[in-house]
Amino acid sequence: MPALSRWSVRLAFLYLLLGFTWGALILTHKAVQWPPFAWLGFAAHQEFLIFGWTTQFALGIAYWILPRYRGNQRGDIRPAVLAFVALNLGVWFVVLHPWLGAPAGLLGRVLEAGGVLLFVLYAWGRVKPAGA
Amino acid sequence: MPTIVRWYVRTSLVYLVAALGFWLAQAAGWGSPGFGPAALHLFFVGWVTQLIFGMAIWMLPTLSREHPRGYEAVNWAVYGLLNLGLLLRVVAEPRVGTPPAGLWATLLILSAGCQWLAGLGFVLNAWGRVRGPRRQGG
Repeated sequence: MPALSRWSVRLAFLYLLLGFTWGALILTHKAVQWPPFAWLGFAAHQEFLIFGWTTQFALGIAYWILPRYRGNQRGDIRPAVLAFVALNLGVWFVVLHPWLGAPAGLLGRVLEAGGVLLFVLYAWGRVKPAGA
Repeated sequence: MPTIVRWYVRTSLVYLVAALGFWLAQAAGWGSPGFGPAALHLFFVGWVTQLIFGMAIWMLPTLSREHPRGYEAVNWAVYGLLNLGLLLRVVAEPRVGTPPAGLWATLLILSAGCQWLAGLGFVLNAWGRVRGPRRQGG
C-alpha cells in the first residue's frame, strides 16, 4: 500500500472515530438530554463521516488499487496529493465555520469540491484495462 | 471470500434493502416520521459503513501470518456490536419519551455505546494492517 493511501486510510479511521464519538453523544442527548453541547457537533458528525471517513477511505483505496500505468507507475501523483490536502482542509473549514464565519464554510466546500475534482482528473486515466 | 466478510457484506445488503424499503413506505404515506433518523442510519451505518468494514477486513494487507485479518474475535465483536447497536436504535429511538421512558432511554444509550465500541474496535484491529509492502530478507 503506497504512502498516500496509508495516510488517507489512517486519517479516514480517525475521522470515523471522531464522527462515531459525536454521533454517540448526540444519541445519548436524545435519551437523557445530556451532554448539553451534543447538538453543536451535528454538522461535524455529518462532515467527518461523509467526507472525512467514507469519501476519503474510498479515494485512498482507489489510489492504491486502480490499474497502474506501464512500469508499475501511478503517474504524476501531485494532483492526488493536493486532492487529499484540499479534502482534509475543506472538512475542517466546514466544521469550524460557525466559529470562523460563513466565508470559511464556503471556502471549505470549495476545497472539498476542488479536492474531489482533482482526484477525479488524476484517477481518470487509471480507470482502464490492466496492461493498457 | 472469508466467512466473516460474507456476514458483513450480506448484512449490509439487507440494511440497504431495509432503508430503501422504509423510504418507499414513507413516500407511499405509510412510514412513521419518528423512524426517519434511524432509517438514515440504516443506510449510512448499516449499509455504507458495514460494507466498508467488510471490504477492509478482506482487502487490507495482512497483519501477520498468524492473524492475517487482525484478531478474528475482534472482527466478530465489531460485527455484533455494530448490528446490535443499530437494531437497538431502530427499536428505541422512535419510542424515546414514551412510557416506559427509562427503558427506551437506556436502550438508546446502550445503542450509542455499542456502535461507538464497534468503531473503536474496527480501527484498533485494522490500524496495523494499513502498511506498505513487507521488505524481503532482513
